[in-house]
Amino acid sequence: MNVSIGTPRLLFDFHGGIHPPQNKTLSNQRPIRPAPLPAQLILPLNMHLGAPAKAVVQVGDLVLKGQKIAEAQGAVSLPVHAPTSGKVVAIGPRPIQHPSGLDAPCIVIEPDGREQWCELHPLPDWRTCCPPSALIPRLREAGVAGMGGAGFPTAVKLSPRAEHPIEQLIINAVECEPYITADDLLMRERADQIIAGIEILRHILGPQEVIVGIEDNKPEAIEAMRRAATGTGIEIAVVPTKYPSGGEKQLIYMLTGKEVPSGGIPAQVGVVCHNTGTALAIHRAIVFGEPLISRVTTLTGKALREPGNMEVLLGTPVSALLDAAGADRNRIGRLVMGGPMMGFTLHSSAIPVVKTSNCILAATAEELPPPAPEQPCIRCGSCADVCPADLLPQQLFWYSKNQDLERAQQYNLMDCIECGACAYVCPSHIPLVQYYRFAKGEVRKEMAEQQKADRARQRFEARQDRLAKEQAEKEARRKARLEGSKPAAASGVDVAALKAASLEASAAYKAAVKALKAAEAEGSDQVAALASEVEQLKAKADAAKAAVRDAGPAATKTTPAPATAEQPAAEKADDGAARAQKMKALKTAFNMSHKQFKEASAALEHAEREGADNLDELRKQVERFQLKADKAKAALGLLVDQAKADMRASGSDLKSLKIEAAQTEAAARQKARELEAARVKGDDERIHVLSRELDALQREAQVAAGALKAATDEQGLADA
Amino acid sequence: MTILVAVFALLALAAVFGALLGFASEKFRVEGDPIIEQIDALLPQTQCGQCGHPGCRPYAEAIAAGEEHNRCPPGGETTVVALSELLGREVLPLDAEEGSALDVKRVAVIREDECIGCTKCIQACPVDAIVGAAKLMHTVIADECTGCDLCVEPCPVDCIDMVEIKPTLGTWSWQRPPGVGSKPDNLIPVVTL
Repeated sequence: MNVSIGTPRLLFDFHGGIHPPQNKTLSNQRPIRPAPLPAQLILPLNMHLGAPAKAVVQVGDLVLKGQKIAEAQGAVSLPVHAPTSGKVVAIGPRPIQHPSGLDAPCIVIEPDGREQWCELHPLPDWRTCCPPSALIPRLREAGVAGMGGAGFPTAVKLSPRAEHPIEQLIINAVECEPYITADDLLMRERADQIIAGIEILRHILGPQEVIVGIEDNKPEAIEAMRRAATGTGIEIAVVPTKYPSGGEKQLIYMLTGKEVPSGGIPAQVGVVCHNTGTALAIHRAIVFGEPLISRVTTLTGKALREPGNMEVLLGTPVSALLDAAGADRNRIGRLVMGGPMMGFTLHSSAIPVVKTSNCILAATAEELPPPAPEQPCIRCGSCADVCPADLLPQQLFWYSKNQDLERAQQYNLMDCIECGACAYVCPSHIPLVQYYRFAKGEVRKEMAEQQKADRARQRFEARQDRLAKEQAEKEARRKARLEGSKPAAASGVDVAALKAASLEASAAYKAAVKALKAAEAEGSDQVAALASEVEQLKAKADAAKAAVRDAGPAATKTTPAPATAEQPAAEKADDGAARAQKMKALKTAFNMSHKQFKEASAALEHAEREGADNLDELRKQVERFQLKADKAKAALGLLVDQAKADMRASGSDLKSLKIEAAQTEAAARQKARELEAARVKGDDERIHVLSRELDALQREAQVAAGALKAATDEQGLADA
Repeated sequence: MTILVAVFALLALAAVFGALLGFASEKFRVEGDPIIEQIDALLPQTQCGQCGHPGCRPYAEAIAAGEEHNRCPPGGETTVVALSELLGREVLPLDAEEGSALDVKRVAVIREDECIGCTKCIQACPVDAIVGAAKLMHTVIADECTGCDLCVEPCPVDCIDMVEIKPTLGTWSWQRPPGVGSKPDNLIPVVTL
């Protein structure tokens, strides 16, 4: 232990953990190599956690190295930059780094090989040039995301929160997952840059202490980091090798003894945790102004002839890397992105390397054999012994398997970090993490559905309210119209009530007719009684109808319709409305009687066939209905003709009527002005003459207006 | 004398507590029937009317009034089970006309170049998820559509399709492992060498 950094930190051991074979020597024997420039770079718009970016280039555009090609959308999002100069050849769905195997929108760039940088904005004097918080937007613009695994936008993590002052800044250099050596090599070769990045982080966050956590299986990296950190006050803490000590919450507990609350973030306990790769990216983004366009990725596995670490441009397809590492395609049993514990199988080697891809594992079938068949749980409890999150994996397994999501959540399913330690030790080979992932997905789905249901309920209720309001308004308007057009209400005749009564009576009548017909068909004895009842009901219905018909015109006008030439012109306006109403009533009457006529004739026919006794009576009925229908029709025809004649007689289509009305009104106004002038002069005789003339003119204007209104009503009727 | 004191003391207590209870029953009165709210919260709010009621809330009221709680096909078995638990009733098999409920979520999509702008679907939509105006093209707000099917029937030109919702990166989730004896595909164990 280096004495110059003081006494070694007191470590807190977290519960559980496992010691899988490291397999790190496979890839940490060679220095970092640059990866070859591939034929195409595929840049997913969603390389980070959060909202996907929005493309700001078009197919065919020429882009420079480091140029922004997609804009961040929303608070938790990051832009995407061109990793090299070249031409945008496609923007569209491509397979991406996701266990679902779904395609997602990507920008495809064909490199031109010139590696021509766009204009950068370096900030070597970041300590003095601006306030620390001004550096955060730069990190966002540079697209810096957490490079450890989740890819959370670094700028969001650094944004100050007044309620949580940061006490410890922890740099996660543990790299506990087997096979992966990217951070190890990075620290060996670029410790200075990492420390510089950590200095920037410290400048922004202002923590009390800065701790770099490194697993003790990386002595060279520890040595390099210690050397680089000398005199900076940055503490290099060595933690014992145990999987998953690199888990954020586990590392925080080990180094500080603080536990991140369930469902919370480290900032709540005054800690911020960043990855070594992220620190390097921050250094490059601030000091050189370079956006995040490349990363160090471990290429490992026994199917590779030359495993090692490569500096890879983001968007490089995995297949290009495999070729560069001398992959024996026939020997690859499984291609995994990430480590063997937490990574996922790639379904295609065309998938690109993104900001979070720390490892490509091309394992042979012997190395990662297909999993043994799942066997029943024997309740051995090994999983609970190794769970680093202090959960009860066995209980979670039961509840997840039975989709008892409520109980699973009670057992803190959502706190599972999916490290796979439980599945690793399970003697029954139960794919426990799969169950937890499934249950977590179900929980999220249920939550989303609940949200959607709540929204649907709100919208449904809002709609119901709106419909009710509309209905009420309509009702109010209808009432207003009824009252306005019918002073009948004043005369005490309730037309609506009469109508309702009439409808009811006719319904009763119809029902009775039906019953009668049925009785006739069956040859029942009750025919006579029913027939008399029908007669009665009919009389009632007719009476009600008559009342309605009488009430209609009576309400508007006392004199019946015969519109003659002698009729005072002033009444014509009323006359039009009355006629319209009468026509409507007549139409209804005609329809009714016609229907009755048809019904009666049908009954007659029926009776004739059956040879009933009351043929004469029925015949009479038919005749009566026919007569009535004819009468109604004739009256209707008469009215229509009359209306038409009226229109023609007054020589009026609408237009001329309008003109006439306007003219008479203008004349009346003119006279009124003259009268006023005469009054001023005090010419009594003239006043007398003029006022008489004005009266006449005003009457004329009224007549014209009435005619116009009648004509419009008529037109409206014709339209309807 | 002592007996009188006891009687008065008890009477006084009774009066005080009676007044307290009376006050509490006024002050903390529960408006409406909370069970209807609880039932409504469990229904899927598709407002599809497949239960025979014009919306989820009317059905919730009907359930509270004693109607069977197995008439919600969009909710499926899970809703029946949840309602049974809430109401303390027996779990009934789902009473759906098409046998079993459709498990896939759907969303209405208007073939826009065929839409004649009749507004019939807008009137039919229980959650106002269709926008458009008379004689202008209509379209469905996919996020708000509950997949209730009610707009399909009124369309005079049959230009509305019910389309299955495909999983996206945001909505995709892991499948349940098949269980004992199976070999899951995506499991990545590390073998001691």
